[in-house]
Amino acid sequence: MAGTIDQEIAVGAIDDTESLPVLGKLHEWVVTVDHKRLGLMYIMGGLFFFLIAGLQAMTIRLQLAFPDGNVVPPQVFNRLMTMHGTAMVFLVGMPILTGFFNYLVPLMIGARDLAFPRLNAFGFWLWFFGALLLYFSYLAGDGLYGAGSAPDVGWFAYAPLTELPFSRGNSTDYWILSIFLTSVGSTATAINIIASAFCMRCEGMTLSKMPVLVWLSVVVAFMMLVVLPPLSAAQVMLLLDRFLGAHFFDTQAGGSAILWQHFFWIFGHPEVYILVIPAFAFASEIIPVFSRKVIFGYSVMVAATCAIGIISMSVWAHHMFAVGMTPPGNSFFAAASMLVGVPTGIKIFNWLGTIWGGKLRFRLPMLFSLAFLFQFLVAGLTGIMLAVAPFDWQVTDTYFVVAHFHYVLVGAIIFMDFAAIYYWFPKATGRMLNETLGKWHFWLFLIGFHLTFDTLHFAGLRGMPRRIYTYQPGRGLETLNLIASIGALMQGLGVLFLVINVIRSLRSGDPAGNDPWDAWTLEWSTTSPPPEYNFAEAPTVRSRRPLWDLKHPEDPDWKYE
Amino acid sequence: MAAAPSTVTTPAAKWSKALPYRGHVGILLLILTESSFFSIFVVAYVFYLGKSLSGPYPKDVLSPPILNTICLLSSSITIVLAIRSLRAGSIRTFAIWWFVTFALGLEFLTGTALEWHRLIYHEGLTISTNLFGTTYYSLVGLHALHVTIGLLLILLVLILTMCGYMNERHVERTDVLSWYWHFVDAVWIVVFLTVYVIGR
Repeated sequence: MAGTIDQEIAVGAIDDTESLPVLGKLHEWVVTVDHKRLGLMYIMGGLFFFLIAGLQAMTIRLQLAFPDGNVVPPQVFNRLMTMHGTAMVFLVGMPILTGFFNYLVPLMIGARDLAFPRLNAFGFWLWFFGALLLYFSYLAGDGLYGAGSAPDVGWFAYAPLTELPFSRGNSTDYWILSIFLTSVGSTATAINIIASAFCMRCEGMTLSKMPVLVWLSVVVAFMMLVVLPPLSAAQVMLLLDRFLGAHFFDTQAGGSAILWQHFFWIFGHPEVYILVIPAFAFASEIIPVFSRKVIFGYSVMVAATCAIGIISMSVWAHHMFAVGMTPPGNSFFAAASMLVGVPTGIKIFNWLGTIWGGKLRFRLPMLFSLAFLFQFLVAGLTGIMLAVAPFDWQVTDTYFVVAHFHYVLVGAIIFMDFAAIYYWFPKATGRMLNETLGKWHFWLFLIGFHLTFDTLHFAGLRGMPRRIYTYQPGRGLETLNLIASIGALMQGLGVLFLVINVIRSLRSGDPAGNDPWDAWTLEWSTTSPPPEYNFAEAPTVRSRRPLWDLKHPEDPDWKYE
Repeated sequence: MAAAPSTVTTPAAKWSKALPYRGHVGILLLILTESSFFSIFVVAYVFYLGKSLSGPYPKDVLSPPILNTICLLSSSITIVLAIRSLRAGSIRTFAIWWFVTFALGLEFLTGTALEWHRLIYHEGLTISTNLFGTTYYSLVGLHALHVTIGLLLILLVLILTMCGYMNERHVERTDVLSWYWHFVDAVWIVVFLTVYVIGR
């Protein structure tokens, strides 16, 4: 290992750039292959697009706050809706999870970097330019036709509606190419994470001693490798249709009108689990530390996640109950969808078991985790309701569905992303985030979230369809929509508190020290922020909680595991 | 690292030797994700079998490319022989087998090009003719793209070998490339069965 030489070069480089202007420092970030910097860039990029797509969501809510709303014209509304959905999945959810895994996996397994650092940088820049391409469509999507700017076909981009005759201009092509690029980037990261977890673990860390987060990252990475290609393949087919006159989704030439839906949801449903399993991973690291207890049912937790990963690949057509499949088809996908509830329920009981009898510390990461537990349970329960095909027929394409999946995407994933930011920010920057500002963020976001998405369930049950740009007065939807929009405003305010908190704490936050939470995994054994080489000496591990063993030599974990 | 000298016997070295080689894990994962990508095109091909509204149909214009198939599949054997000679330290034998692999791959690609030429200019089948053309050219073309990428990489190694840069230290990396080549061959078996056996 050329560790010491690298170290000297790194130190020298830092000394050089101290005197350099901003450009020199920027150059360092552009050429880096360090997993921590790339991880931070993923997360910062994700948060940047979170603000943009969040503002788009607030514009949508402003338009829908009152009946006969006139804030934006219908075609702009369709673009807002498409860009909000696409960005939140591929430009926010994905980079934040790959960012955290990038940052944490090598630190948690006691390695100096991921298995393929340059591939990692390649993946990031693919994602980055893919992401820019999506928003660039606002400037260039017109093509030569004057046919409208950004994509307006929904994040699912159902063909044949996205075929050339029905979607003129280049906006749909921007959607295809942008998402294709970000998917290839995610594939590179996924290969990296699995190869690192399998080949780079420090001495003594057998597979059964890996932190739960690393296990879950491996499951997520496997899912990415299997389910991102169907979307990419379908996108290639759509491109061939649009540019070379192929007929994959061309009903005029005998093509199928629902083949795209199958291909898309083969990707689309597991994608939800790709996004939510990292939330499980954060919860499985944070809840034990703030309950001062070892995680309840480690191996069951891992097994349940693998089960979710496998089952989630056979449930896609529950997005298509209204398409008119055969009764056996409907029954199969309804049963499979309900089956996912079993391992998910196991996980919820495991977290409850971890909290049970613990010495709880209600710091910010724990507050967000507790909200996550409750909200994810509700999201799971409405998920079971929607898995019942006849019930789904009744509420399909209504705001009940919107409320359900926002309960997962916001109530579970975004809440745990916030928890993870509060938990690992001290490690990445060496400074704590402010508790008071954080409490404002938490309560505003929590109340805002429930105002918005609890009420939207009822708007959906009253028959409010999805994707409409306005509605008429006198249909019992006014109050619910107004409350939902006020909630959206509160969530926006909450996020503003996070932004202020991050900027303030970067400058003047309390110094964190190496291990501010008295935690147990390896990332807390090195300095905050960690040096470029992570660990001066490769660590040796004897149990799942190496730092507990260090701090409590009289009662180490490895005696019992 | 798998290439650690065997004289080192510290526990740490033993530990890292017991872990799998990252190159092999990486290429297996790439193969996994590529298989998923191919399977969607195979599904589309099978799904649209017999759904074309107009001709030409597969049974009229396709004939199994037996020689191509033999060449491509035997290139998997020659690449194994090449790696084996490299492991044994014989760079010259390696270079010969590696060149044979390249030549066999090139023959396959040429065969595909000739078949496409015949289909386009004599049979009038293009990607926009009918569903058969759409699915045929995209599936076979996707495979040909992978053969092309593999051939470029094999050519790169060949050039480096000619320039004298090849030695035993590169065994594992070259082996990783050979795994990719085996994958391309295995996919051809699936494509061949789908297009020329089941689909005809």
